[in-house]
Amino acid sequence: MIDGLTEAVRLIVTGDREIIEITIRSLQVAFLGTLMATVVGLPLGILVGMKSFKGKRVVKTVFNALIGIPTVSLGLLLYIFLSHSGPLGFLDLLYTVQGIAVGEAILVTPMIVSFVASAIESKGLLLRDLVRTLGASEFETSLAILREAYSGVSLAVISSFNRAFAELGIAMMIGANIKGVTRVLTTAIALQSAMGEIGLSLALSFILIIVVLTLNLLISFLQRGE
Amino acid sequence: MKQKTLFLTFISIGIILISSSWYLFQPPKESLIVSTTTSLYETGLLDAIKSSFEAKYSGFNISFISQGTGKAIETAKRGDADMILVHDPGSEFTFLSEGYGVNRKIIAYNFFIIVGPKSDPAGVEGLTLLEALKKIYAQGLEGNALWVSRGDNSGTHSKEKALWKAAGLNLTRIKTEKVSGADNSWYLEAGAGMTSTLQLANQKGSYTLSDIGIFLKNSKKGNIQLKSFVEGGKEILNVYSAIVVNPQKVPQARFDKAMLFLKFLVSDEGQELFRTFGALELGQSIFKPWIPVSKTKSDPALIKWVEEYAFFNGAECPVQYRYNAGDLFS
Repeated sequence: MIDGLTEAVRLIVTGDREIIEITIRSLQVAFLGTLMATVVGLPLGILVGMKSFKGKRVVKTVFNALIGIPTVSLGLLLYIFLSHSGPLGFLDLLYTVQGIAVGEAILVTPMIVSFVASAIESKGLLLRDLVRTLGASEFETSLAILREAYSGVSLAVISSFNRAFAELGIAMMIGANIKGVTRVLTTAIALQSAMGEIGLSLALSFILIIVVLTLNLLISFLQRGE
Repeated sequence: MKQKTLFLTFISIGIILISSSWYLFQPPKESLIVSTTTSLYETGLLDAIKSSFEAKYSGFNISFISQGTGKAIETAKRGDADMILVHDPGSEFTFLSEGYGVNRKIIAYNFFIIVGPKSDPAGVEGLTLLEALKKIYAQGLEGNALWVSRGDNSGTHSKEKALWKAAGLNLTRIKTEKVSGADNSWYLEAGAGMTSTLQLANQKGSYTLSDIGIFLKNSKKGNIQLKSFVEGGKEILNVYSAIVVNPQKVPQARFDKAMLFLKFLVSDEGQELFRTFGALELGQSIFKPWIPVSKTKSDPALIKWVEEYAFFNGAECPVQYRYNAGDLFS
């Protein structure tokens, strides 16, 4: 334990080039994935949250269930699709960071939809009627509600980022942990522990935790400023 | 207050965007994808080879995907690799005869070892390989010994299955037999890579089949306290080969690049990397280069073993499985 921690500190302080590269790649994958998921999931979440329609309960249940999908299963499924003999092989996304990011996006989209929908339902429905009676358009109404549900929405985005950042199954299946190309923190941890380098894999884990903690502290700081 | 929040959010998003985009839009190098067995990768040998090769041919990038032999072959069949480095002659022959692979070259060899707890509960010290397996089986049923299998369809796993068969034991039956007077089996399946399997064997105090490199590495690191009991011999020979993916069967395979790398592996320079690897860190080299042996015919007994174990119809790569091989087999 102590060895891992001192090793982590040493790696960060000395700025080990490979570790920095891997950490940046992890951030980048999680960021891209969350961005894509937000672009798709936010409007969907608003829609589900604001509208009342037949089968809404079913839709919400499905999204809630999809949050818990095992990442290895999703990774395997995506691998079969993205493999060169698979239906989406022509996209050439296998063994690329972009491919991993797409996988993470698919993983976290249900989370964003579900969280955003709940946030809006709890905060915005009364507001919706109020704003509408004041003559706002549908788009303006959405904006007003989003502003009110801001903390719920940011929670959705941040949780998604964390999940995408700390996830192993998809990164391994689609990226295959290629050194200097698709190796991210989680796959590097898996490899180092498989190689018996317990100290180094602990160090990488600490870096992962430090990054997640820092991000979350930053966010809670931001939210307090509200 | 709210505007400040939004402002800060945008700033932080901007920082992440910029820091990631320099990375994202780097021009891709010419890449070659090699799916390979874990025992070659996890020792660190392939990263050493990668550095030497990329230093010689700058602008090249070799991507290794570390998997068990079974999965490595499956990956290549799906068109997701350009070359394989594996150690299971049986499945290599299937790979060739199904038309997926061409130009197979044997590149290196070493020997598996049987390792177990220092106390040697089954008493296999000094026995020959097949006697040792039979003894472990008998003692296992008595409840005195345990065995851990890789159980992951890797080359080492294939070898283990072949060894039980050679010892005249039926593995299917072994798996169903219970230790006398208990409800558990003495035969455990790890379903994991070599290091994890060794660590499991270490925890459980059981015997297992290991490749020498990863055993030495973990012993040196203090991860395991197992002892090697049976070493060397024909049955326990471990032969590594490289096979190029056939571009006639898998059109997107990067044949020319794979051939360039294969020629590097069998060159004097490449073979020297096999010979010297591990000497510094582990005190002894763990892979033995094959090309010098086959060229100089220095060890007739060993050559005979390799021919019997890893040749197909008297050749490392029969003529019908060669494609634009140039002088590779001369």
